[in-house]
Amino acid sequence: MATYSTSEFKNGLKIMLDGDPYNIVENEFVKPGKGQAFNRVKIRNLKSGRVIDKTFKSGESVEAADVVDVDMQYLYTDGEFWHFMVPDTFEQYAAGEAALADAKPWLKEQDVCIVTLWNGQPLSVTPPNFVELKIVETDPGIRGDTATGGTKPATLETGAVVKVPLFIEEGEVLKVDTRTGEYVSRVK
Amino acid sequence: MNDWQPAASREALRQRARMLAGIRAFFAQANVLEVATPMLSHAATTDVQIDSFTVTSGAQPRYLHTSPEFPMKRLLAAGSGDIYQICQVFRVDEAGRLHNPEFSLLEWYRVGWDTGQLIEEVVSLIQTAADALGRRAPIHVRRMSYAQAFHEALALDAHAATVQQLCAAGEHFGLGVVGRLDRDGWLDVLLSECVAAGFPADSLTVIDAYPASQAALARIRPGTPPVAERFEVFVGPVELANGFHELADAHEQAARFTRDNRRRGELGRAQMPADERLLAALAAGFPDCAGVALGLDRLLMWLGGWERIDQVLAFPWARA
Repeated sequence: MATYSTSEFKNGLKIMLDGDPYNIVENEFVKPGKGQAFNRVKIRNLKSGRVIDKTFKSGESVEAADVVDVDMQYLYTDGEFWHFMVPDTFEQYAAGEAALADAKPWLKEQDVCIVTLWNGQPLSVTPPNFVELKIVETDPGIRGDTATGGTKPATLETGAVVKVPLFIEEGEVLKVDTRTGEYVSRVK
Repeated sequence: MNDWQPAASREALRQRARMLAGIRAFFAQANVLEVATPMLSHAATTDVQIDSFTVTSGAQPRYLHTSPEFPMKRLLAAGSGDIYQICQVFRVDEAGRLHNPEFSLLEWYRVGWDTGQLIEEVVSLIQTAADALGRRAPIHVRRMSYAQAFHEALALDAHAATVQQLCAAGEHFGLGVVGRLDRDGWLDVLLSECVAAGFPADSLTVIDAYPASQAALARIRPGTPPVAERFEVFVGPVELANGFHELADAHEQAARFTRDNRRRGELGRAQMPADERLLAALAAGFPDCAGVALGLDRLLMWLGGWERIDQVLAFPWARA
């Protein structure tokens, strides 16, 4: 079993603690001049998303979490599970709702997402940074208005709602940044 | 690659130069002699929690000093009178936002003084350094004993509490500790994470009368409980200086070296060659004196409002 010493701690490192996988969010070395050294860390529980503070005695070793990121194509949802496939091997995985928390509004069939597997089970799904989605509903566009900077809500085919400029029309395809949930551009 | 460039801004470099000039003027006026002692020594610190860099030199290794305290004490035993030194010191693996494995230390000794007098001088020196950087406002200082600091923050008797009570106080405070700690380990983590963490950001906090188990090179004042004549100065939550009414007893010093080395062995750390020349100097007659070491990079961070030690070092560890 792989382990990490506190001297190897850095942001993004995935470790096991009390049976759950965690991601190191922040790590600070703390040492009184004449005293015991510690690592003050913030870690995110990869199952619940909750961030907690811990103080590790320096020199402690912790088990590495068996977590891998795999590119997978999103296939479909049956309402209970979201199904993904590894393009090279055609291997399929089913992710539950918890793993989809952040990704759901952006998932379009065929898109390639990053599926984080822990012990072979999908732990979380990260959508592509940019997705192209069609508008299914928005107020009629105002012709010629490309500069005033006003916005209006538009509902996309996945159900996500984004703010778009006033000139955008229903039926158009948009490029959206999934990290911020913001409109980027029209797709011709 | 542009990591040939300094990490510190020109402003930080100028501030450092002004701070050093202010400190040297302070000691010149106080008639304290500037000295230089070797960075590489046959002996090393036996301090349980500090590791020295080893430098190979033929068959016999030498060790980079982690503090200039041992040779400076030999000068004191030889009758130097009041002395100070500004130098680079080296500690293995100490790297982080407030730590660089090579850092600047100011160390000074006052003959015939105790910790109370030296604390006052540390505060004046810091005020002088602040003035040198153009900060005129007087620095606010709080003073309390180690016991008072723990009592205020954790309602705990630091001298009497058991490991279980220290652990429970930490849990009550919301501290999640991973790893087994002994009593001093618990005191250290509680001091930095719960006690010092609450010190006011723009003040100096001076803590004295440390537990006897953390005497390092300080005298122990007998009493109930016996306490070490040791003090630390914090700026906000950050430890800045560590001072002692210096231990002058060669036998006790030898016993502490032996005990430290035994403890290092138990922890799987290399046992270090104790400084026999220091022991001989103490045995020859050591003046009653108080000494203190102050981290200059951290002082500069505070005075200049810098967040990370890298911002005040021309070439921090990664670029060295």
